[in-house]
Amino acid sequence: MANNYFITDHCIIEKGKVLHNGQEVFAMPEAAFPDFAKQAYKHLNTDYAKFFKMDNLSKLSFLAADILLKEYIADGSNNTALLFANSSSSLDTDVKYNDSIADKDDYFPSPAVFVYTLPNICMGEISIKHKLYTENSFFIFEAFNPEFFAAYAQALLDTAKADRVLCGWVDFLKDDYKAFMYLVSKEQGTAHTKENIQTLYNN
Amino acid sequence: MKLKNIYITHTNCITPLGFDVDSNIEAIANGITGISKQENSMLPIPFYAGVVNNDKLEAAFAVISNNQSYTRLEKMILLALYPVLQKSGVKPDSKTALVLSTTKGNITSLSKGNNLPDEAYLQGLANNVANFFGFTTEPVVVSNACVSGIMAISVAKRLIQAGIYDNAFVVAGDEVSEFVLSGFNSFQAMSAEPCKPYSANRTGVTLGEAAAAVLVTKESVNAKATVIGDGSINDANHISGPSRTGEGLVRSIESALKESGISAGAIDYISAHGTATPFNDEMEAIAFNRLGLNEVPVNSLKGYYGHTLGASGLLETVIALEAMDKNKLFASMGYDEPGVSQAINVIEKTEEKEINYLLKTASGFGGCNTAVIFEKANNGK
Repeated sequence: MANNYFITDHCIIEKGKVLHNGQEVFAMPEAAFPDFAKQAYKHLNTDYAKFFKMDNLSKLSFLAADILLKEYIADGSNNTALLFANSSSSLDTDVKYNDSIADKDDYFPSPAVFVYTLPNICMGEISIKHKLYTENSFFIFEAFNPEFFAAYAQALLDTAKADRVLCGWVDFLKDDYKAFMYLVSKEQGTAHTKENIQTLYNN
Repeated sequence: MKLKNIYITHTNCITPLGFDVDSNIEAIANGITGISKQENSMLPIPFYAGVVNNDKLEAAFAVISNNQSYTRLEKMILLALYPVLQKSGVKPDSKTALVLSTTKGNITSLSKGNNLPDEAYLQGLANNVANFFGFTTEPVVVSNACVSGIMAISVAKRLIQAGIYDNAFVVAGDEVSEFVLSGFNSFQAMSAEPCKPYSANRTGVTLGEAAAAVLVTKESVNAKATVIGDGSINDANHISGPSRTGEGLVRSIESALKESGISAGAIDYISAHGTATPFNDEMEAIAFNRLGLNEVPVNSLKGYYGHTLGASGLLETVIALEAMDKNKLFASMGYDEPGVSQAINVIEKTEEKEINYLLKTASGFGGCNTAVIFEKANNGK
């Protein structure tokens, strides 16, 4: 089937910078992620108290998704599927949770941490905020995989499982993080090809 | 657009009840559970879980390989997939996918203060499996909480329909670990007895471990079933609690029904999630009632296996496909008295029934849900 879809909007968060369609909208390049995320949240007028309870992967994903989904009314009618992937799954929080149970004399398993030891939780957070009763799926690849994103997003659109797909590569481990998100639909924009996706990812 | 028909042809599973499908079916038909009492360092208190016997696992693995570098979970996964590859005769070429479903993978390889070993990454685990069999395509790992196993079938189907692959070996596995036990325990979600899905006396989850494998293919030869519809829709409600209205599950089933072209009334049997937590089972009952599925015979297989997390959806599909093939409704182990606010038809004793359409559902943390509908393949029978 011919590819009639387009990338309409994209953003990148990495190394203390937030880029929206290639334009820098916020930067704190020297800051550690927790402080950077807090300041980016304020700067972007995110306004969502639950943000502060999230783990790093969810904060990163939530900030990026909010930039692209802000313009859509969150009334439950937005059929934007979430198609996410990364290479580290939830290992950033897995390590923290594992440290909390590793020592029997210092044993403090917390449900508030444990719940984030699944990579798809960030999609749940985004779905709640934006009232997305939509297709959600989370994949793990060794590295960013534009072929898979392109093929699966097209399949969701071709089969009318979604009107639009929010694709996201969201990886967080220790001090390294990157969110790359883009919207795909029939609306006009950049042609939805794996080459274009890779180019946008490379920034 | 008309999509290609997609079939499931070969299946297998590695569980506390047996290391092939026949032994599992025999145990279930005889009302035997794989759950047993455990007393070890994984939890400060004794607990129930469905655990695979180590000696049996080692003995079985020695038959297919003498390489001892694999982790316990990898051995389970390799054993599950091995006969599926052998019997199908499908070669792992450029049109053959490996789809691996897991939530925690080799989580037991984490140790405090040390660097992350390769196998702690889910793709590292998947590469170990792929290399054992000589797959040439990059593994597709699905990690979507407790719906992963059934979602993996949906993903395989969609990728084949999109023309990316002709065949997909789908394998799923998760282990009982201190990591997961302590987590569910911290949520106070663990049952002090073997779990009792849908019962008024249910108090929570029993954990389990298993591996399961199927071949999803566009070739109808040897088909057990056709995958005729699927949906995976979020509740948009809460990250650790199911929706009170069952919204995501309702919409997932509606999406699968719409695609399949059949009505809710055509469903003969539901293999549901039934974790035996108060809220999950209640949510499912509400969702089934909203769709007019409340009189369809339903069971949860968690009473036989416990909750095997990323393996559960695929393992339960393997068992449900046998139930469909044999026209048998298996009793929902642990069910004694009605315990959900809206009545559903929980299977109390194993009985014969013609099953042509099977609905498999699952729900999980993050508000995720998946529903897949299978139609029995005729193959001139």
